[in-house]
Amino acid sequence: MIRVNNRDEVEWEEGMTVSDLLERMRYTFPHIIVKVDGEVVPREEYPTRTIPDGADVRVIHLIAGG
Amino acid sequence: MTAQGSRRVLAEFAYEVPPVERGYTNQTLYVNLSDNTITAKPVTEEMKEKFIGGRGFGLWLLWHAVKDDTKWNDPENEIIISSGPCGGITQYPGSGKSLVVTISPLTDIPIDSNVGGHFGPLLKFSGWDALEIQGKAEKDVIVVIDGQNGRVTIEEADGVPVDSHLVGHWLIEEMAEKEEDRYFMSVVAAGSGAEHTRIGCLNFSFYDRRRKAPRFKQAGRGGIGTVFRDKRIKAIVVKSPPVRGDSNRPADPERIARAGLRLHKEIHDYDDQQNRMRKRGTPYLVQIMDDYDLLPVHNFKFGSHPDTPKINGDVWEGRFSQGLPDGCWYGCTMSCSHAVDHYTVRTGPYKGQKVIVDGPEYETIAGVGSNCGIFDPDAILEINFYCDTYGIDTISFGTLTAFVMECYEAGILDKEKTGGLELRFGNADAAIELLHQMARGEGFGKIAGQGVRRMKEYFVKEFGADPQFVQDIGMEAKGLEYSEYVCKESLAQQGGYGLTNKGPQHDEAWLIFMDMVSNLLPTFEDKAEALHYFPMWRTWFGLCGFCKLPWNDIVPPDNAMTDEPAKIPAHVQNYVEIFSGVTGKEVTADDLITMSERVYNFQRVFNIRLGKGLREHDAVPYRSMGPVTVEEYESRAERYDKQLRELLGLDPEKMTTEEKLAALRKYREEQYEKLIDAVYARRGWTKDGVPTLETLKRLGIDYPDVVEVVKRHL
Repeated sequence: MIRVNNRDEVEWEEGMTVSDLLERMRYTFPHIIVKVDGEVVPREEYPTRTIPDGADVRVIHLIAGG
Repeated sequence: MTAQGSRRVLAEFAYEVPPVERGYTNQTLYVNLSDNTITAKPVTEEMKEKFIGGRGFGLWLLWHAVKDDTKWNDPENEIIISSGPCGGITQYPGSGKSLVVTISPLTDIPIDSNVGGHFGPLLKFSGWDALEIQGKAEKDVIVVIDGQNGRVTIEEADGVPVDSHLVGHWLIEEMAEKEEDRYFMSVVAAGSGAEHTRIGCLNFSFYDRRRKAPRFKQAGRGGIGTVFRDKRIKAIVVKSPPVRGDSNRPADPERIARAGLRLHKEIHDYDDQQNRMRKRGTPYLVQIMDDYDLLPVHNFKFGSHPDTPKINGDVWEGRFSQGLPDGCWYGCTMSCSHAVDHYTVRTGPYKGQKVIVDGPEYETIAGVGSNCGIFDPDAILEINFYCDTYGIDTISFGTLTAFVMECYEAGILDKEKTGGLELRFGNADAAIELLHQMARGEGFGKIAGQGVRRMKEYFVKEFGADPQFVQDIGMEAKGLEYSEYVCKESLAQQGGYGLTNKGPQHDEAWLIFMDMVSNLLPTFEDKAEALHYFPMWRTWFGLCGFCKLPWNDIVPPDNAMTDEPAKIPAHVQNYVEIFSGVTGKEVTADDLITMSERVYNFQRVFNIRLGKGLREHDAVPYRSMGPVTVEEYESRAERYDKQLRELLGLDPEKMTTEEKLAALRKYREEQYEKLIDAVYARRGWTKDGVPTLETLKRLGIDYPDVVEVVKRHL
């Protein structure tokens, strides 16, 4: 199990990448910052960076709206 | 596009066009249409220090023009247009905005609406920091500000068309003596819909050199176009000296240019990977809002719909003419003012004409599209075109039509009551006919054009509607229709809409992602801090002549590494540099917030002076807080059941849907009251929402007449 944004419990899977998590959460907004256990993940590493079981993941969405 | 009209001068005022100095001309133009007075008024240092410009100047001038009981259609009500000290620079994207202020026919308190197009900067370069129009003309008039020759006229306008796309073309052809004149002219107009409704908007033109035609941006909110036509104004025209890179005469042009270069480079390098503003503009938000269950569908009942891909950004990228410099002010490389060219109008008085449709923007697509169950791009374009040229706000039109459609489907309305219009969700033809009726001042369109608040009263009185039900589903607060985001799952955004000065418009605060998704505002104090900072920050754009979009619709790549990424610190610093560079006054990021606090608190006191502005006026409809109907609850039952279990310790398995609705409602309404307490405390207001004397003193706006208003409520 991983915890997203200090609130949502998400079932962990072996080899789960940041991109996999974003897809599962339907997080499609482009202005996001992803931190895994406190470390910012560069955008280009989303498809390859795996998330360990039990991780604390923050997906910070910047403000949108017209 | 031809029209016949004649102009006859009723009053004339000659003036010397002063040089702009550090963003100001130091005078405002006063026009009274009742007695045809035209005069100049000085801009004092106090005005510049405390109210900055734009919305601040508008509120200051309006405060001194009206009485405590002035209504929107009293002659002393004014329409004030002002850009701000930074408006008109060409080195930084999004620096050509105008702010319009008046007493609103929807809310009976001051409304401020920001708009692109060229008018505000050209007004300044013609010698005026603001235009203040008071009084009412006996016959239709146009007001002409000729900054090339130092002459202002009020002119009778016989036969001049009223709808914006016609009057805009006509005036530019009539008044341009040479091709270059067209570039430096701007027309403000409303339309026939503004005459017969309370939701009239103003169109501000800019001349598109590639298309060789005027285009229009809208000051949409709050019925300003209705006030404009009530004053019998058909158009205001400004004809400015040519705009140059140094027309705003900043104190330190190189400082501004450096900030501009940084942002131009970011837009060039990253826009294609981020929001694609240059190709799509704000419609990029349609699919994203649907993905997050935030897109209003069927009068804000739901947040997504399977047909959204039919009207999302992909569709509009294909419909917009690409590769054109679609900035609505010079030098804006964000260039998000897209348009659909050669659209053939299919209904109404302009049927068969090929026109340019400016937009649609996100708010229009969501309002007249998904919120009304209309997922047809051509229908959205038809409504967009007619709303604009009739001078009707697309947001209010969308939200009120969605309300009508829900009332129709709930049995409150039927074909007999609507005069034959089957106003069900998805019926685009009926929505379009409703719009034409508004322009003609006929039938059910005349009733609907009064706005959601007045329709609620009418439906209860005339049709026996359940008062609680129409109050719950009628998405207005303070009398203004909601803009187009579902905020049920974000308490902070419920406050972002409800705890506003002018009514539920997202340009004060948009906190849904910070709150609902990112969980960055877990406590009431966190939410209150956000509902202090972001409304103040966004207010500042409207004091200075800036557009909000270049602040956060592009971000630098290292923004993620900053302490407060939601604020986009690098861009805040750009604005510090520009304000200091224009005015020559050294300021800090905190100073920008204080500037806004002064104007924001002054506006709150203004509301109180006019009999509103207290806690009771910050109430919101329950549809903005949670599910009203069984259908709504059950469509998101898993989410709501989970909340009942985790937040209230209830067992939803043992409850009927009606019981669950009631329990959730009680909880959410209590949360909103707690939020109000926290926000008022952070803003320095009493429990009843009144700025305290200490707050007024701290901000330096403890003027005797302001204090007198406040003291009545302490």
